[in-house]
Amino acid sequence: MDALELARLQFGVTTVYHFFFVPLTLGLSIIVAIMHTQWVRTGDERYEKMTKFWGKLFLINFAMGVVTGIVQEFQFGMNWSEYSRFVGDIFGAPLAIEALMAFFLESTFLGLWIFGWGRLPQKVHLATIWLAALGANLSAYWILVANSFMQNPVGYEVVDGRATMTDFIALITNPNVLLQFPHVVLGGFVTGAFFVMGISAFHLLRGNRQTEENKLMFRRSFNIGMAFGLVAIVGTMFAGHAQGQHMADYQPMKLAAAEGIWEDEDPAGLSMFQIGDESSRQAIINIQIPSLLSLLTYDTPDGMVRGINSLNAEYQERFADRYDEAFAEQHGMTEVNYIPPAIWLTYWSFRAMVGAGVFMFVLILIGLFFRWRGTLLNRALYLRMMVLAILLPYVANTTGWLLTEFGRQPWIVFGEMRIEEAVSPNVGVGALLITLIGFTLIYGVLMAADIWLLWKYGSAGIDKGDGDAVPVEGVPQPDAQPAVSY
Amino acid sequence: MGIELSELWFVLIGVLFVGFFFLEGFDYGVGILLPFVGKTDKERRVVINSIGPVWDANEVWLLTAGGAMFAAFPHWYATMFSGFYLALFVILFGLIIRGVAFEFRSKADDVRWRRTWDYAIFLGSLIPAILFGVAFANIVRGMAIDETMTYTGTFFDLLNPYSLVGGLVTLSLFILHGALFLEMKTEGEIRERVQAITRPAWFAAVVLTVGFVLFSFVDTTMFDSVNPVQVVSLLGTVGALLFAGFNLFRARFGLAFIGNGLAIVGVVALLFSSLFPNVMPSTTDVAYSLTVYNASSTEYTLSIMTVVALFFVPLVLMYQGWTYWVFRKRVTTDSHLEY
Ligand code: HDD
Ligand code: HEM
Ligand code: HEM
Repeated sequence: MDALELARLQFGVTTVYHFFFVPLTLGLSIIVAIMHTQWVRTGDERYEKMTKFWGKLFLINFAMGVVTGIVQEFQFGMNWSEYSRFVGDIFGAPLAIEALMAFFLESTFLGLWIFGWGRLPQKVHLATIWLAALGANLSAYWILVANSFMQNPVGYEVVDGRATMTDFIALITNPNVLLQFPHVVLGGFVTGAFFVMGISAFHLLRGNRQTEENKLMFRRSFNIGMAFGLVAIVGTMFAGHAQGQHMADYQPMKLAAAEGIWEDEDPAGLSMFQIGDESSRQAIINIQIPSLLSLLTYDTPDGMVRGINSLNAEYQERFADRYDEAFAEQHGMTEVNYIPPAIWLTYWSFRAMVGAGVFMFVLILIGLFFRWRGTLLNRALYLRMMVLAILLPYVANTTGWLLTEFGRQPWIVFGEMRIEEAVSPNVGVGALLITLIGFTLIYGVLMAADIWLLWKYGSAGIDKGDGDAVPVEGVPQPDAQPAVSY
Repeated sequence: MGIELSELWFVLIGVLFVGFFFLEGFDYGVGILLPFVGKTDKERRVVINSIGPVWDANEVWLLTAGGAMFAAFPHWYATMFSGFYLALFVILFGLIIRGVAFEFRSKADDVRWRRTWDYAIFLGSLIPAILFGVAFANIVRGMAIDETMTYTGTFFDLLNPYSLVGGLVTLSLFILHGALFLEMKTEGEIRERVQAITRPAWFAAVVLTVGFVLFSFVDTTMFDSVNPVQVVSLLGTVGALLFAGFNLFRARFGLAFIGNGLAIVGVVALLFSSLFPNVMPSTTDVAYSLTVYNASSTEYTLSIMTVVALFFVPLVLMYQGWTYWVFRKRVTTDSHLEY
């Protein structure tokens, strides 16, 4: 592997890893804030216990989000220095604003929330968790503004080989971010909802082996998760659909890759299963539903969806003077092309995300039906599936990003800068290998510790003790006053 | 003649680093002192909880300084972060294990588990406390930067005697800062142990800081053309350290904390004022140096960032200040211990 591939692998590994923790933070922060609000409103102590139970799991996850986020912030300069020089005038601003506006809010008020039990007036204490949740979700907006510039650059002008900002408002109202933000944040809410439903289902399955109080609180948690999840999944799907339509306009190559469309099609069919050959640039096996892709893209049964090969030819011509033979030679390519690497990954990622999304939607509908019939607690098979379904949002989130980021290749800033030009010139394979292996090892160990802790606290009950978990072996009890004990 | 926005941003980034070193400085100090002043598990928890509510927000000062550098001086960010590649990896390693350690440490009743995370806190505080000093010392000393603004040296070039002394300066200042912070936040035996550490720590900080300044005269071009800010910050640093020492020996630890804090401010001011108008001087050829002017963003971006910063920095200071007020009480073994 050369330095570029290693740098990409490293960015992929660390960012995907960061995004294991981010969505749960986004969703669970709100759910915990809702439970806390219920407690303040009703004075029902059970809500207090629920707040603490889920709050503890939230915090274990949150810590991992924070420490992996720091790596992200540094990585642009470390591995992609030429990229940072090119976009710095535009890209740095949302990152700095994110820290000033969101991270400070999130970290300060979470500190106040964690340590504020019994010390802050009740209402003020409630406000702190909402402010922390607001901070987390605001941070998503700013980082997505930065990401959207790479997908769909707006409000800029290239001067002396550097992109310079000309319109800040255009940057922060990029049509890309206006769809991406709801999709990503609602996807985070879905993640939080399935996490709460899954763990509650695990406890409900234990049936008579636990107290009535415990059962009651997990049933309540399940219901909150289900209501929250329903709204979130429907919103995610609508936003996602709009993103797909938008993609046909501004990144047709990504759509072609996501759909495995090699030649222009009109009307275009929706591919359900494809095995393609990326070296000869064609599909070998392709099972399609006729016209459906045109319908999804343009809301009418016909309309041309461009194919990879014709787009590639078009781009080769359009960018011929910028990326010529000398460029190809310099980067050891036989020709300059504009085809994303690993079409199969983009194609299957899309299917995995949408598949997981539809499946989750159905699971929630079934849950609502059982609840309406009042038989939820007897549906062992369903509850077992809900435990496993904790994984579904993780699949959808990860594959969603793989689609977005792989489909953008070989551009790093669409239409402006190719990935080959972006990498730090002075960071060699050796240094990259050291850090890649280092990050992978430490991330592996931390993941194990994190899952172990989540399991330990997640599988403990809520109902006994001074507002804290039932004393389970090995789970330490907090000191003095009740709290979200560490 | 008015001052240019890029000059203003040079100062603002200095201010963000002051915030970072001042606040995270005592966090690192507390982390480094942890194994030495906390003898029992309970005591170690008291030590950790003394910074429990604030450590994450303090760390955000680093993220903000980094983000602001990216926004205001993209070339500075790009050259520095790719140049310090492996050093930054080591810092990141430290920050990662340290951050999770706070959260994970007391979550299991197991001696080995807790011991492991205690070491993580210690190491994760020690490494950045030294390496940030090393990094800044290298910047003021100058680095091998070519005409494309790229650092061409190796990792080991960064470990020269001068920069290592710089690392020890930040280390000693942070240890003293952490000790004085703990003095104000704890009681009983921990407090006694901490007090015993403050004096040797103060001597070390004075000797190293003075040594570093002398070394700078000999080894760098830092004082070749002296500007007024440099003089003020140098005298201010020395004065602040003496003020800290004076109060320390009279057991007025609060004032000593303020004195040492001002010394940290003074050191950052000294480094930044010595750099100006460079942000990263090149030793390959002065013409290749990154300066406030050739490394900055456009006027447009800088003016937007100025509005944002002038609004949010005071707001952040206000609510962070309030946090310290809420948690102003001493932490004892009878307190509620979260971590
Ligand atoms: C859609 C949301 C989202 C996305 C795409 C990213 N992040 Fe993130 N990040 C968050 C949402 C988030 C968060 C929810 O705000 C986190 C996660 C858990 C947490 O503690 O805050 C966070 C934490 C977090 C932190 C630590 C903040 C602290 O100390 O409190 C940093 C420095 C970053 N992120 C930086 C980045 C960068 C540079 C990214 C680009 C590659 C990135 N994040 C992608
Ligand atoms: C957190 C969710 C994200 C995930 C899971 C993710 C995933 C990935 C992956 C897998 C790659 C490697 C692609 C390849 O090598 O072909 C990549 C590249 C990259 N992404 Fe993202 N990404 C995320 C968010 C972001 C955001 C928010 C930004 C910018 C603000 C960003 C900027 C980049 C950059 C600069 C690269 C490296 C260059 C490249 O390969 O194009 N990513 N990302
Ligand atoms: C079921 C219907 C869904 C559709 C039609 C859909 C559609 C899309 C599309 C078209 C993109 C690419 C956007 C772009 O690159 O411009 C995308 C990205 C993404 N999706 Fe989905 N999605 C669906 C469900 C989900 C679900 C349920 C989740 C998570 C729980 C999810 C998480 C993501 C994420 C994290 C990204 C990357 C960020 C982004 O570019 O927005 N998606 N989705």
